[in-house]
Amino acid sequence: MAAKKFTIDDVKHIAQLANLVLSDEQLQKIAEQLSSVIGYMSKIQALDTKGVVETSQVTGLENVFREDVVDEKRMLSQESALSNAKNTHSGYFVVDAVLEE
Amino acid sequence: MLLDKTISELAAGLRKKEFSSVDIVTECYDAIEKHGKELNAFITVIDNTTALTYAQKKDNERTENTSPLHGIPFVLKDAYITQRIRTTSASNVLKNYIPQYNATVYQKLLDAGAILIGKMNMDAWGHGGSTENTDFGPAKNPWDTTRVAGGSSGGPAIAIAARMSAFAIGEDTGGSIRNPAAWCNITGLKVTYGRVSRYGTIAYASSFDTVGPMARTAEDCALLLELVAGQDPYDATSSPHKVPKYTQKLTGNIEGIKVGIPKEFFGQGLDSEIKKSIDIAAKKFESMGAKLIELSMPMFDYGLPVYYLIGPSETSSNLARYDGIRYGQGRNQFTPETMRRIMIGTYALSAGYYDAYYKKAQQARTLFIKEYEKALSSCDVLLMPVNPTPPTKIGELMSDPLANLLADVYTTSQNPVGVPSLALPCGFTTTNLPIGMQLVGKMFSEDLLLNIGYAYQQETDWHKRKPGILESP
Amino acid sequence: MVTYKTIVGMEIHVELKTKSKMFCGCKNDPFHAPKPNIYTCPVCLGLPGALPVPNKKAVEWTIMLGLALGSEISLFSKFDRKNYFYPDLPKGYQISQYDQPIARGGKIVIASEAKQSFSPRHPELVSGSKIASSSRFNLIGTSRNDGKTIRIHRVHLEEDTGKLIHSTVNGKKVSLIDFNRSGVPLVEIVTEPDINSSEEAKAFLKKLHQIIRYLDISDADMEKGSMRLEPNISVKIMSLRINAKQSFSPRHPELVSGSKIASSSSTPRNDDESELPSYKVEVKNINSFNFVKKAIDYEVGRQIEILEAGETPVQETRGWEEKKGVTLPQRRKEAAHDYRYFPEPDIPPMRVTKDQISELRTKIPELPDVKLARFIKNYQLKPEDAARLTDEVELANFFEKCASQLSIINSKLSIQSLANWIINKKVDYTKASPEELIKVITATKQVKQVDEVELTRVIDQIIAANPQPVAEYKKGKTGIIMFFVGQVKRELKGRGDAVSIRKILQEQLK
Repeated sequence: MAAKKFTIDDVKHIAQLANLVLSDEQLQKIAEQLSSVIGYMSKIQALDTKGVVETSQVTGLENVFREDVVDEKRMLSQESALSNAKNTHSGYFVVDAVLEE
Repeated sequence: MLLDKTISELAAGLRKKEFSSVDIVTECYDAIEKHGKELNAFITVIDNTTALTYAQKKDNERTENTSPLHGIPFVLKDAYITQRIRTTSASNVLKNYIPQYNATVYQKLLDAGAILIGKMNMDAWGHGGSTENTDFGPAKNPWDTTRVAGGSSGGPAIAIAARMSAFAIGEDTGGSIRNPAAWCNITGLKVTYGRVSRYGTIAYASSFDTVGPMARTAEDCALLLELVAGQDPYDATSSPHKVPKYTQKLTGNIEGIKVGIPKEFFGQGLDSEIKKSIDIAAKKFESMGAKLIELSMPMFDYGLPVYYLIGPSETSSNLARYDGIRYGQGRNQFTPETMRRIMIGTYALSAGYYDAYYKKAQQARTLFIKEYEKALSSCDVLLMPVNPTPPTKIGELMSDPLANLLADVYTTSQNPVGVPSLALPCGFTTTNLPIGMQLVGKMFSEDLLLNIGYAYQQETDWHKRKPGILESP
Repeated sequence: MVTYKTIVGMEIHVELKTKSKMFCGCKNDPFHAPKPNIYTCPVCLGLPGALPVPNKKAVEWTIMLGLALGSEISLFSKFDRKNYFYPDLPKGYQISQYDQPIARGGKIVIASEAKQSFSPRHPELVSGSKIASSSRFNLIGTSRNDGKTIRIHRVHLEEDTGKLIHSTVNGKKVSLIDFNRSGVPLVEIVTEPDINSSEEAKAFLKKLHQIIRYLDISDADMEKGSMRLEPNISVKIMSLRINAKQSFSPRHPELVSGSKIASSSSTPRNDDESELPSYKVEVKNINSFNFVKKAIDYEVGRQIEILEAGETPVQETRGWEEKKGVTLPQRRKEAAHDYRYFPEPDIPPMRVTKDQISELRTKIPELPDVKLARFIKNYQLKPEDAARLTDEVELANFFEKCASQLSIINSKLSIQSLANWIINKKVDYTKASPEELIKVITATKQVKQVDEVELTRVIDQIIAANPQPVAEYKKGKTGIIMFFVGQVKRELKGRGDAVSIRKILQEQLK
């Protein structure tokens, strides 16, 4: 895969997926930086990985579960759960109206 | 100074009542008062009256059965969740966050009677190797305050070097304990992935993150690891592997130990003074009975891409919870470096690019695992550098995003594989800047690494040197 | 003449009624929580540093559901992260399963007369005002009298989100968020697009609901939100308009003429079965099985109109508006749903052995179809009675307790009369005990007995009072005896049983 040159539109799309709001200036800068960094990281394409299974965990562990019991001591009081929120109302977290659904 | 002693020396002294916890903690706060602002290692300093009152309490409670850590002051990288004590991950996103629970590692230390005196400066979210990617001002290297302390666990390393704390818990995802340990002349242990519970550690890269001790000696690290290691029901990736009594395995004897020297790690790009110091250390190992073995690890060039594709991918997901609704400020408060990493990760996981980047990196990871297995089958430990250069000038790395990433070249392959590594002081440059090296072992070989470190530290005194800043009034 | 085929695939979410949540030990009871945000912890609130640990029981129950549906249980499966942003999703990702779900395949067989046809002659058969006016449409469903198979595509396990409530606070429109539900175990069942009518959809859902209730793994209550469903609806054009003279009636397919059709003899030209329409419409906000039927009927009609105009319906998500009886487009969330799935690094994968699966299989209770067959056989019940009694497992169990009680006390009551009573009187099995119920039924039947003397007296009375009918009976019109039975019963005010009355009458009338 040839080194990709990131356009403003590319970056806008990624930023939208990442829930980041960037100014045009930031977008421009990041486009250049991504081109550079991803360009460097793209050297990985040269590696022959035919038939190689991905590793997503190195523990080798399997079947780690918890029993179906209520863990009272970890449960937070309502006050504690809300304690760091900027906006609360009658025990709820509050955000500006979400239009869908 | 009391804080020149090892933890076990402090513990012994406390038991014999040669000095008190209050004495030790007072020394910490004196150092903080003298050098705190200048070095900028702390984000939150625990109120000293609170700490001293607590120290007094510990002195009163001490028995012959209390832990050696009882009454010993420590600091935490500000990535560790501490109930009721502000935790920021060095980011403005969490500048006012007061957690509602304790990290497992913190709880263990509290239960042992240790005394928290500060939450430490770091590269925000672990994103960095110099403690400059922080919203709380760059931290300074106590050996040269125009230079960086390393990162991302810079604050903890500074505190130990500058005698503001007896020990610290740092966090290593791609060198974040080893890098500042080497640049500040202290000892730091990147543990085997899963050795210590990650519950309550603000996540960077979930499959790379490790929780580890930082202190002045390998022996201290052994003592700390004994306490904090072990399976945690709150962390499904924590290992059920038995926790040995690491301190009891410190024989100081490394006769017959095979030390592998992978040639790719000593090639172009490594500062000559660092190379020289590690050569001398290797010869030291030889003189202690170890055998040096040259070998090749040709995957070397792919270490950075593997790390910098998987790490940001996981971080882009781990940082998604910071939406400002339940806690924290908005996402526009992320630093440019953090935004970059989020974007890189989002891109690498996105439709059409997943196979070429994320999947490819995870396949390369498998090859790295095989390579380390092969290398470690012909030797017991691998000797590698930690940093390619001595501590950089403040601002130098931050000015070039790619150069910033490339500085991690020696410490980014161990985390994807999961193997442990001990960073040890092994010399100084002609300008009196610290040089460190790392010993990498098989999974769960911390006992071996710590013993080699301990043995080395019986024969050398690099780790005992103190930064000049401490001599000044 | 154009014909259309309804194509529906169903996506169902079911909240498991484990005691604790999917990845933490918080209490799993969002619907009955007295206050918002009281059943949360660092994990399900998505606090910094928290980590998930999966609930073993939830995994076991998902496997059991897969087994009950005849699915293949994956020996190896794992969790994956589904990344997207929404205020009710605290971590900014949902822990779900992507490419290695717990179960694949399976099926539910419904008894199908579920034929949806629009006939030009009977537009009133179609619901929705739009269709009634367009009587040119013809719609075919399947019309087989044996069971129809609805294939299951997969069954997987994930976590539920918090709940958003729309409100106005201090004059400002806001969304309130409650995380009591965040992290509750959620099973997702996806079918193949095998459903071809709203009736089939309803039948399928009822069957699935019944199986879930039998397994006792969820309340599956649509009103409480512990069962949610989303049909994916499209309409396939089954044949092209050839010429104006061509007529096609769903009732008389052999009447079709025209060269293009003739080649496929008497059945309508059926396009490649596997070829699906190029679009599908997802419909949300359906809160009952009845609404599913209405929503599908409406949506199919809406899509047909668009197709009739030569256009293709937009692929989108729509919401069912019950009050207006229509679906409306929902504002699109983001441009594209790129969930960037990747394996969940915080949770080790799961491996299950064939032995473990067998063991879980033994924990599955008798399922509805098996119980139905057994009831018909063992209790000699009519299929429709057996179906009524096994509709809910609790009722079936209650019936069986009563039935066994009958034999314990050597009662003279017949199983059939017990069944009749329970069915017709709509007995509340949660309140009645088998012993008490049997006593009541027996007593009622006894009270209904009349002593022979009084019975004979009344019969004589009726015979005497009705000479004309008596004469007709004696002439041979034996059927008229029912008139006498009726009169006797009326006089006895319902007491006495028809069989004995008739016997005595026959005697008297000789």
